[in-house]
Amino acid sequence: MIAENFNYDAPSTLEEAIALLHQYGDDAKILAGGHSLVPMMKLRFASPTHLIDINNIPGLSYIKEEDGLLKIGAMTKEVEVEESEIIKNKYHIFGDATKLIADPQVRNFGTLGGNLAHGDAANDHPAVMFALGASVEITGNQGKRTVPIDEFFHGFYMTAVQHGEVLTEIQIPAASGNYGSAYHKAERKVGDYATAGVAAMVQIGADGRCTKVGIGLTNVNSVPMRASRSEEALLGSDLSEAVINQAAQYASEDCNPSADLRGDEDYKRHLVKVITKRMLNLAISRAKNQG
Amino acid sequence: MIKCKTSKEIGGMGHSKKRKEDARFIQGKGNYVDDIKLPGMLYMDIVRSPYAYAKIKSIDATKALEIPGVIAVVTGKDLEKYNLHWMPTLMSDTQMVLPTDTVMYQSQEVAAVIATDRYVARDGKEAVVVDYEPMKPLMDPFKAMDEEAPVLRPDKEGKTDNHIWHWEVGDKEKTADIFNSADVVVKQQMHIPRIHVASIETCGCVAAYDKVENHLTMYMTTQAPHAIRTVIALVAGHVGLTEEKIRVISPDIGGGFGGKVPVYPGYVIAIAVSFLTGAPIKWIEDRSENLQADSFARDYHITAEMAGTSDGKIQATRFKVLADHGYTDASANPSKFPTGLFSIGTGSYDYGAAYMEADAVYTNKPPGGVAYRCSFRVTEAVHAIERMTDMFAKKVGKDPAQLRMENFIKKEQFPWASPTGWSYDSGDYHAGLKLAMDTVGYDELRKEQLELRKEGKLMGIGISTFTEVVGAGPAKDFDILGIKMFDSAEIRVHPTGKAIARFGTKSQGQGHETTYAQIIAEELGIPMEHIQIEEGDTDTAPYGLGTYASRSTPTAGAAAAMAARKLRDKAKKIAAHLMEVSEQDLEWEPGKFFVKGAPEKSKTIQEIVFAAYTNHPEGMEGGFEATHYYDPPNLTFPSGAYICIVDVDPDTCDIKVRRFVAIDDCGNIINPMIVQGQVHGGLTQGIAPAMYEELIYDEAGNILNGTFMDYLVPTAVESPSWETGHTVTPAPHHPIGAKGVGESPTVGAPPAIVNAIVDAVHHLGIDHLEIPVTPFKLYKALKAKGYFGDNA
Repeated sequence: MIAENFNYDAPSTLEEAIALLHQYGDDAKILAGGHSLVPMMKLRFASPTHLIDINNIPGLSYIKEEDGLLKIGAMTKEVEVEESEIIKNKYHIFGDATKLIADPQVRNFGTLGGNLAHGDAANDHPAVMFALGASVEITGNQGKRTVPIDEFFHGFYMTAVQHGEVLTEIQIPAASGNYGSAYHKAERKVGDYATAGVAAMVQIGADGRCTKVGIGLTNVNSVPMRASRSEEALLGSDLSEAVINQAAQYASEDCNPSADLRGDEDYKRHLVKVITKRMLNLAISRAKNQG
Repeated sequence: MIKCKTSKEIGGMGHSKKRKEDARFIQGKGNYVDDIKLPGMLYMDIVRSPYAYAKIKSIDATKALEIPGVIAVVTGKDLEKYNLHWMPTLMSDTQMVLPTDTVMYQSQEVAAVIATDRYVARDGKEAVVVDYEPMKPLMDPFKAMDEEAPVLRPDKEGKTDNHIWHWEVGDKEKTADIFNSADVVVKQQMHIPRIHVASIETCGCVAAYDKVENHLTMYMTTQAPHAIRTVIALVAGHVGLTEEKIRVISPDIGGGFGGKVPVYPGYVIAIAVSFLTGAPIKWIEDRSENLQADSFARDYHITAEMAGTSDGKIQATRFKVLADHGYTDASANPSKFPTGLFSIGTGSYDYGAAYMEADAVYTNKPPGGVAYRCSFRVTEAVHAIERMTDMFAKKVGKDPAQLRMENFIKKEQFPWASPTGWSYDSGDYHAGLKLAMDTVGYDELRKEQLELRKEGKLMGIGISTFTEVVGAGPAKDFDILGIKMFDSAEIRVHPTGKAIARFGTKSQGQGHETTYAQIIAEELGIPMEHIQIEEGDTDTAPYGLGTYASRSTPTAGAAAAMAARKLRDKAKKIAAHLMEVSEQDLEWEPGKFFVKGAPEKSKTIQEIVFAAYTNHPEGMEGGFEATHYYDPPNLTFPSGAYICIVDVDPDTCDIKVRRFVAIDDCGNIINPMIVQGQVHGGLTQGIAPAMYEELIYDEAGNILNGTFMDYLVPTAVESPSWETGHTVTPAPHHPIGAKGVGESPTVGAPPAIVNAIVDAVHHLGIDHLEIPVTPFKLYKALKAKGYFGDNA
């Protein structure tokens, strides 16, 4: 990496990190796993003058169920998500998504918090968070605040994390009942950003009707997006093939993909439709096996 | 099973010896150019053009020179003072080292920044301000051939168009007659896209000029160090750098694949700057520079035609090529072969008439045309003939395996005179395809395919039965810049019976340190572990033209065997002297001479060698050394039968290679494990252009995929579990019967894959797909046929 010169700090407390962010102003960037930031620095698309490495701060890496929430520390690495027993048992969507994120070397460093805080619609976890109805805990020198995922992404590389703040925790309503989730993205080769990706979560009531649903889409909009019309069609329905097809159709209509080397708009909408259908069916079959 | 003549301890041909070089590679102890550090060394970075075609109005280095540690900014105007701003290409075209007024392709070198530190050099590069006046580039090679097209190379005297050269071979009239009266003609326009070797190590050098000794040591990533030394002497002779004052060292090389044959401007700039400053200059490309500016491969637009009878007999082929060479013809072909060995494109089939023609054209793309893991344009030729054979089979309604079997040149027809002038040395194509079909279970798969189709599932079976042509080459036809394409070996056996051997070739991962030792072990009976192999230092190794085009085994490997045989002749004389018998009474078995009828009377090679230094016959020269320069009497013609099975997702159009069976015939095998490794690597580089790789430019001349994020090099995940096997048809004219194997899989795999994909969707109305066949491309093709209905 032949980046521009930068200064490097590695504070050991969150307070210290936040103080440094305030001290250095806009020229400072948080270094978590570094797998989005460092490639940008290598290409000199980003040239922060101060890197604040938060890897030495204890207490930011964990996966636990507490107060009806699945709580994931922002510095939890992808590989830790992949290997977590809680996640393997109940939140299959993470197993699907993490194994599609880059390669093992990246997953050994890349963090869940970093993946979200980067604010890139091409990343995979934003869609997962939409599907699961997550909230994000952000810490600043005024203390903690919690932002629903629907209000988190503000634009290209822009999120609700303001200057002087650090994303610290991801909170997901805990799985209960017949709950299933799934993620898939079409990619040109391993490690690629999604041509299109779909995250789905369903909960099925005793009467077979959908009691909870979430669908998030990857890389088919300028910011990560929720397929709201699809969710409305599914919620309370009997999850029949016709309803699933309708939901998939809505998702393909409501996304806003742009043409690039991965495909044109038509192909991406087609993929959204096919993958939405497949992920809903997979989530439903997982839900039926759960609870 | 391969029969070995030598014991495992000797480790001659046929033994799967572990690679001698791997001890250092797997411990991270390799020594690459970027590992070279010299006292006082300065670092170079290169300012590159953001435009494909532009006038340079000014270059302002003021800000760069203000950065502490930036020593100099070198421009074309600076080099012009020493007449070093232009250089010849290997194809006798010309290329700018640095421009004085115009840039001709995006990422072209514009200026060089010299600094005390690699990071500062990069900072300096960012600070150089170049004022360009962009012009409309010519990107489409067909448009570049238009009469009205602007002339891109007015620097070439008398140039009034963009046409570089015309080439043709075969009998035009006879071929036309057959086409005019044939039952069946198939015709297809196809593009073999521009791709890049993308070796793991990029290019670079350390140029170290010693002002006191007037001597240049050039550490560089080159596949052909000796040829490079001569080229440097030809280019820089006028400033006093003559050939005896130049030492080129090619240390460990992290993959070459043809991309490290040419001379790039960066090398020349580094030499010039070292010459002027007396300081060693290190230049190492980054990945994007390598991908965007270094020589491309392929980029042939081919109109291919095949004529035959309605019952499936091939009668004639006709290929017309437009070759997009970019800004200059910087191919690395033998001089007399502007299209390389493209004329092998009549393939493995027995028919009497063919005509091929090609025209090359300048465009505003990076220069090149290197032989990427391919013996000079053979990949392009094989793709054309193997696609046409499949299309012909589909047209006449015959199974493509059956049609191939009926058209193959028969074993007893060799040596076979091809309609384009080659003399195929040997082959057994029927045996190869039969083995491939048996291995894959061809008939069962055809049944399965029909069943799957009834369920709406898409599965395809594709075949490629190719003939390669490698081992360039016989001196009467083959030269580069006039230097004949022989290659060399020098063997020195020490008094204790251990040896060092040096070669004019240069391994870039092929395992020469192992295979050459095995060839010498085979011939002399000295254990291969005791034979040290050295290449890549022009001060110590004998002259040779280097490693590319699968030529090392056919040429330098043969030279090793011939030099060893000279030594064995000498050994026989010494043995006769030691045992006081006549030479006629002696017989050889690997490792010793013994007396006929009295095998207990023998002398080992080690005893004989010791005697060569201590007790050699009167009148004989002492020592035990030999050198051989091998001029091959013919090329070698490896062949292969590949079968690929693909499954296509009918909704997403994802393509999965389910199985891939590769039966290769590379003649006698030196090290089966290394051959298998070569085949695995080559097949992966075959899947690459078939499904993933292509350098893409927009109309403004911008490269759209100039990083590994978008230039899709396949990985282990994309690779199926390769199933390999072989038939052995030794090359009759080669000292050890070997043919070369490095490139066969890269050459043979793409059409097998594409034939399989087309086979999966042919019943839906698709006859042809351009490579790389991506899911997106397949989706569009199927959609155009109404497969997804009106509403996607």
